[in-house]
Amino acid sequence: MKYALLIYDQPGSHEALPDQEREAVYAEYFELSRDSRCVGGAQLHPVETATTVEVKNGTALTTDGPFADTKEVFGGYYMFDVANLDEALELAARIPSARLGGKVEVRPIVEQPS
Amino acid sequence: MVGFLGDFHLAEEATADAFAIAADRWRRDGTPANPVGWLVATARNRAIDRIRRERTLAKKTQRLEVPEATVDEIDETEIEDERLELIFTCCHPALATEAQVALTLRALGGLTTEEIARAFLISEETMKRRLSRAKLKIKQAGIPFTVPADHLLPDRLHAVLAVIYLIFNQGYSGRGDLAAEAIRLGDVLASLMPDEPEAKGLLALMLIHHARRRARYSGQDLVLLGDQDRSLWDAGGIAAGREQLDRALALRGRGPYVLQAAVASLQTDERIDWSEIAALYERLAEITGSPVVELNRAVAVAQKGDTYRALEIVDALDLPGYRYLHSTRAELLRRVGRREEARTAFERALALTVSEPERRFLVRQIAKL
Repeated sequence: MKYALLIYDQPGSHEALPDQEREAVYAEYFELSRDSRCVGGAQLHPVETATTVEVKNGTALTTDGPFADTKEVFGGYYMFDVANLDEALELAARIPSARLGGKVEVRPIVEQPS
Repeated sequence: MVGFLGDFHLAEEATADAFAIAADRWRRDGTPANPVGWLVATARNRAIDRIRRERTLAKKTQRLEVPEATVDEIDETEIEDERLELIFTCCHPALATEAQVALTLRALGGLTTEEIARAFLISEETMKRRLSRAKLKIKQAGIPFTVPADHLLPDRLHAVLAVIYLIFNQGYSGRGDLAAEAIRLGDVLASLMPDEPEAKGLLALMLIHHARRRARYSGQDLVLLGDQDRSLWDAGGIAAGREQLDRALALRGRGPYVLQAAVASLQTDERIDWSEIAALYERLAEITGSPVVELNRAVAVAQKGDTYRALEIVDALDLPGYRYLHSTRAELLRRVGRREEARTAFERALALTVSEPERRFLVRQIAKL
């Protein structure tokens, strides 16, 4: 089964780490992405770079942001192809953000009929 | 069946089919040597039949014939393994606690949806929705039908034990049928995991508590341990509980359920060793860090005669919304002669209680001051 591991960061949590620790944390992210079960993923630029689009009555409305005062901000995701939820949850627990004040949401991916 | 098929709904349908066939065939040919094996084998074949029929319908080709049960292909061990897997699936932490409880009762306790709904005082419709949501999540989220790997087992076993104990406590506070159901589940778990002391500890704890159920109330009124009529205790139940506890201790079990069972066992002695109970609560508090356990320790310390020390322990606790903190504190204050403070504390407990027998008990205590 394929799962998306959606990473919600505590803003500033990674930047606040001392250089050496931060490098070690990034190495952990890299290692997860090199796992043979990893089938995709991306790290997003900070939320300050975001633009939101909404279509109302056929017109696209573009706004800067969002800059809602949310505690955690979506920062990136992995996609893993694993046997079951337990395996996905174990991988999720290895994502550094989860222990740095953030959260990881694990969602199964809808399988497209081939 | 669920484990084999990985699908709750299909398993239920196929099992119903198997029972229908059994009702018919066993009457005609007699009961087979291994009835459970026969049922499982037949249900599996029916399930395969159903799957094929669906596929065949889709392809608009001819239906495949499936042979009837080939008996004795499935032995008891395999069935037991599947039951254990099912327990861990139903109590998976990815499901909400209330869904875990409902699924466990439905899949392993053999209660109907209506019975579960009644036990939890919600409508059958709500319970039906809760169960189907849980089954859908198991399927879509890929919750596995397996006994967790060794490194995950302690946490996951703890979740299973917690669900069974929760069911028991639902029954303990009034609904006796649920308490008996929880004991049955605990018994199944203890025999499926024979090397696991905590499973035996939980079973022992429930058996001993349950054995005292008739003495806990006099009419509608709550009776404290010291005032209980011991002739109303079920001696067989206590003996069965102690046997489980001994086995758990022999397995070197020192976990939270084993400790609680040891306390419950000591409390059934003719002369209660409160020092030993206080020591057990101290170990339990170290493991769990629970202030409620500390409160229980204070009660044991008071019972062994050290009321002032007990009061110190209680006053150090931060449990302002917990009614038993106030009722315990009130009783301790009464014993040291601080009557006005005792009254205030009893009144705070009274304001927090939601149970009618408890309310009457507290009113009696205030009147006695």
